Amino acid sequence: MNAYLIETADLRKSFGKVIAVDGISLKIPTGSIYGILGPNGAGKSTTIRMLCGLLTPSSGKASVDGLDVYTQSEKIKQRLGYMSQSFSLYEDLTVLENLRFYATIYGVRGKEREERIRQLIAMAGITGRERQLAGTLSGGWKQRLALGCALIHKPQILVLDEPTAGVDPVARRVFWELIYKLANQGITILITTHYMDEAQSCDRIAFVFTGKILAEGTPAELIASGEFKNLEDVFIHYVEETTGQKVKSSFEEIKFLHKQDGGGSQ
Amino acid sequence: MNFSRFGIIIWKEFKHIYRDPVSLRLVILMPLIFTLLFGYAITTDVEHIELAVYDGDKSYESRELIRKFAASNYFSFEQMVDDSDQLEALLDAGEIKAAIMIPDGYGKKLKRGEVPESLLIIDGTDPTIARTALQSGNLIANVYNMKTISGSAFQVSEMKTRVWYNPNLESTKFIIPGLIGLIMQNITVMLTAFALVREKEKGTIEQLIVTPLRPVELILGKLVPYILIGSIDFLIALFFGTWYFKVPIHGNIFLLLGLGFIFVISALAIGMLISAVTKNQLQSMQLAFITILPTVLLSGFMFPRDGMPLVIYWIGNLFPMTYFLEILRGIILKGVGMEYLWKDVLGIALIGVLLLSIAIKKFHKSLD
Repeated sequence: MNAYLIETADLRKSFGKVIAVDGISLKIPTGSIYGILGPNGAGKSTTIRMLCGLLTPSSGKASVDGLDVYTQSEKIKQRLGYMSQSFSLYEDLTVLENLRFYATIYGVRGKEREERIRQLIAMAGITGRERQLAGTLSGGWKQRLALGCALIHKPQILVLDEPTAGVDPVARRVFWELIYKLANQGITILITTHYMDEAQSCDRIAFVFTGKILAEGTPAELIASGEFKNLEDVFIHYVEETTGQKVKSSFEEIKFLHKQDGGGSQ
Repeated sequence: MNFSRFGIIIWKEFKHIYRDPVSLRLVILMPLIFTLLFGYAITTDVEHIELAVYDGDKSYESRELIRKFAASNYFSFEQMVDDSDQLEALLDAGEIKAAIMIPDGYGKKLKRGEVPESLLIIDGTDPTIARTALQSGNLIANVYNMKTISGSAFQVSEMKTRVWYNPNLESTKFIIPGLIGLIMQNITVMLTAFALVREKEKGTIEQLIVTPLRPVELILGKLVPYILIGSIDFLIALFFGTWYFKVPIHGNIFLLLGLGFIFVISALAIGMLISAVTKNQLQSMQLAFITILPTVLLSGFMFPRDGMPLVIYWIGNLFPMTYFLEILRGIILKGVGMEYLWKDVLGIALIGVLLLSIAIKKFHKSLD
């Protein structure tokens, strides 16, 4: 077994003139929960989409479980479960139909299929709603059903692209409990997020900004690397360093919003 | 190709169709409505051309000539006017499409055995109407003149004519088979034009790309349910076209059904290719229109292809519908079989296979 399940070296991706990922090198330890943290448009999704085989890298190296993403992406697909931010369920199919569909696509069949589906439905906490159309489920249920679909083929790696976007805090909490359980069973989890509390829950995090990794380490290491109170401070520090602008002061530029002491008339 | 993955795609696609009853109903109603609507609307038979007459002679002979015109099916006599200016005004206003001016002395000349002059004016804005009016007007006047001059026993040496396959030259007989092809093409292209694009818009395609599913399984799997629906549509269009508009099928109906099935697959392949290369439903819609419109004009549905410039003729060869029109007209009107149609069948089949192969190749299993 490899010490690192996912490895990338100087991975790049550009769309025309726009550089989305600008030389990312990652080493994701087997069995860990690895977070990629960064603001919207930082290149988080593009990075993991290259690992899943959804996008072809422009240059650089990347491998998943020793398999090359350029030449062996079909083999990677059997080992990898992916869940996108839109949950990608068929809303006009029932809970059961969605799970059966993905099970068959992955070649899981017969008793094995029914047993896994039963367990995943129990895991997602949607027992009793098997025949309900996926489109009528609430956000949290949809999210956990999508997770179930991504787990049906017993993947070694679970890739989650902002899985908690748009669900309520309770569902978010339940979801993270599931993530811990899965990690305990030995599944390596790669997750993107822009929530600090979620980043805090990861074993290691990489902070991505404008397509580059600005900092990498365990949450504790990152906080200890300077005089920081928490992760948020760390990242604001790096963003300010990169852009040369104070995040907090940028509001002062918008003078017309400020209340004037003299009142409205001049 | 993995058949359980192929099978589950078919199953899933049937579920989508089944859970969207409105679309399903539309898809079944479309051939019915289109066949009835267009079957009535499209006709090139010209009848009852409005006619006004200025009779400057007012003789028995001139009135008899007018009566001959009025009695023919081609013209309907609207009114008598007092001078030629009025005819011009009526033509300008579009109230009449044809006018006759009979000069003074028409009757006398005819009685003397001379061929008298009269004038038939035709509104040429619509050449189809004008041509019919010109020919039939000439014929009516000549026959009348000749008969009066030489008496009823007069016989001109004439060339005997026979029109085959559609002896009464009814345009419905020509239009309906083509119409069935046209309707079928439009419906089927639309059926599959959205098949893949819907998944792209909803983001489910991402989830499919990360699975071991192969493009050939996805595209052929999505095709199967629509082959069934397209075939049902063909049956409906064929039934109403031939039964309701009384166009008998002279050839082998089973051959026609079999070849219709092949055409449905080929036309669905056009839609599938559109779906594979576009990113959203708006784009597919536009591309579908860009494809459908030229086929209406270039396939020989309205205008004979023989008169087209070579380049245009060759472009027409790219559409399965061009071949299918030959098959439909061949089997329905002429009653011919495979011995005459094999080239067209080959054309449809080759285009279908080619389009599907391109669709499978063009549908990369990636988002870039």
